[in-house]
Amino acid sequence: MSTLLSDGGAVLTRQLHKARHAPALLVLTQTMPITMLLFFGYVFGSALAMPGAEYREFLVPGLLAATAANGLMTGMFTAAQDAHRGVMDRFRTLPMSRGAVPLGQTAADLLTTAVSMVPLMLVGLAMGWRIENGLPGALGALGVLLLFRFATAWVGTYLGLLSSSEEAAGQLGSATFILPMLSSAYLPTAGLPGWLRTVAEWNPISAVATAVRTLCGNAGARAGADAAWPAAHPVAGALLWSALLLAVFAPLATGRFARGGARERSS
Amino acid sequence: MTTTYAVLSEGLEKSYGPVHALRGLDLAVPEGSVCGLLGPNGAGKTTAVRILTTLTAPTGGRALVAGHDVTRDPAAVRRAIGVTGQYASVDGDLTGRENLRLFARLAGLRGSAGRSRADALLERFGLGEAADRVAATWSGGMRRRLDLAAGLVTRPRVLFLDEPTTGLDPAAREHIWTAVRALSEDGTTVLLTTQYLEEADRLADDVVVVSEGRVLAGGTPARLKARIGSRAEVAVTAREELAGAAAVLDRLTGGRPVLDEERLTVGVTVLDPGISLPRIIRELDTAGVPVTDARLRPPTLDEVFLRLTRAHTATGTTGREQETAA
Repeated sequence: MSTLLSDGGAVLTRQLHKARHAPALLVLTQTMPITMLLFFGYVFGSALAMPGAEYREFLVPGLLAATAANGLMTGMFTAAQDAHRGVMDRFRTLPMSRGAVPLGQTAADLLTTAVSMVPLMLVGLAMGWRIENGLPGALGALGVLLLFRFATAWVGTYLGLLSSSEEAAGQLGSATFILPMLSSAYLPTAGLPGWLRTVAEWNPISAVATAVRTLCGNAGARAGADAAWPAAHPVAGALLWSALLLAVFAPLATGRFARGGARERSS
Repeated sequence: MTTTYAVLSEGLEKSYGPVHALRGLDLAVPEGSVCGLLGPNGAGKTTAVRILTTLTAPTGGRALVAGHDVTRDPAAVRRAIGVTGQYASVDGDLTGRENLRLFARLAGLRGSAGRSRADALLERFGLGEAADRVAATWSGGMRRRLDLAAGLVTRPRVLFLDEPTTGLDPAAREHIWTAVRALSEDGTTVLLTTQYLEEADRLADDVVVVSEGRVLAGGTPARLKARIGSRAEVAVTAREELAGAAAVLDRLTGGRPVLDEERLTVGVTVLDPGISLPRIIRELDTAGVPVTDARLRPPTLDEVFLRLTRAHTATGTTGREQETAA
């Protein structure tokens, strides 16, 4: 266990060094959610039946949830890059803990996400979003978001290790932008056709977005009487979804790393 | 006398579905020696290295590295080995120093021990000046040296070098060779795969020629060359004298002399090491064949390699095999 944490710490340091050497990439990933927030809030917000100010209050928690879900994409990129550039094989020949690489990578991702959530929240506040439930609400919301980010990063790591090339991981990773669209992150689900509404209400991103709205006392927190279980119990739903994803994908990713990713898939 | 083997494999097999990369590979590398693994592309060299370095599991047979079974105790194998090659590389997004410190820390060298190990290796490989630049910006030769340094962080007893100089210019290659020789003198066992026969000739104590997942031949470069025999070539003054020279050489060597009517030469393979150049000239002189030039040279390892692998392919082994190092 102590080797796992120590080796994981070494890999975390490596990820932070990488980020330091590529500041442009870091700035881009940090400002992208802010750009989307402004774009959705003022472009879409002006065309909706819902008043713009109310929509922006609804949107900020949704965008925070969508940013948390981006752990999927980042995890895939990071894992696929290592797997196909030979660094992973170097790690695998070292007498180090097998779980340390995925753990260090997801932990580093968690750290950079925690930092990027702050400016995103500040822009949200400037746009009229309010945290009605004070500091406990804000911290609770941040906790739900970061736990979900950590969980999706593990899912991404597993998928990245399975991908046949960096390009394949890039394509699939970029396609994950559609997932928040099939949730209550950007728009309420009430108006969706029946089956699509069920999909959206069971989407973990909906649970996370609604949990943040609930914890911060925002518009859109209350689900309709006929809503699915996670939509009606968003905080419990968000926590359970995250726990489930972690329980399934952390062992899968660690096992896949130990056996060597896609290259050894046929073995 | 007992020899301790740093690398020992018996009947090592690896199949990827219907593709057989290794079909019973036997290796025995004595401790402290340098073994060169030669073979055409797809012979199974890389697969063998991947199994011996615990990167992939064999589908049959067994292998011991530094006395530890690669499948039963991979952790012990990893503590004893260093790997450098086309696949286990360094992180181009980090500086040289960050790379070595990371690998040192992961190899269990905490704190200042890891830092000083990293710094010492950077100095030893002449990378001190570039150490704080991102490795992706380095030249190919420097990156390869960093790669080698990374393989040495653990002070390995057995070092695996997978095509360590492929794509390098002669000066950079010489640099790597010098480093490998120094390691070998310090007692490190080295197993290297290479496409360059010159590299094996210069570095290896023993050469193992692999083809289609099996060992074709093994031994010192000199012994392998002796198996193929030396090449004698004599030049005569006129076309009419070719037959006479050929007859002498045929009687002497039992080989089949080849006549070149353009260059006025006769060539023949000499297997018997007792046949010297003076003796060839003496016999020709006695027979009254005037000789203008004569030479006897040992075969290059390239010729040995081509002869061995060509003979093997000609025996008609079925099934195409390929190295699964996509």
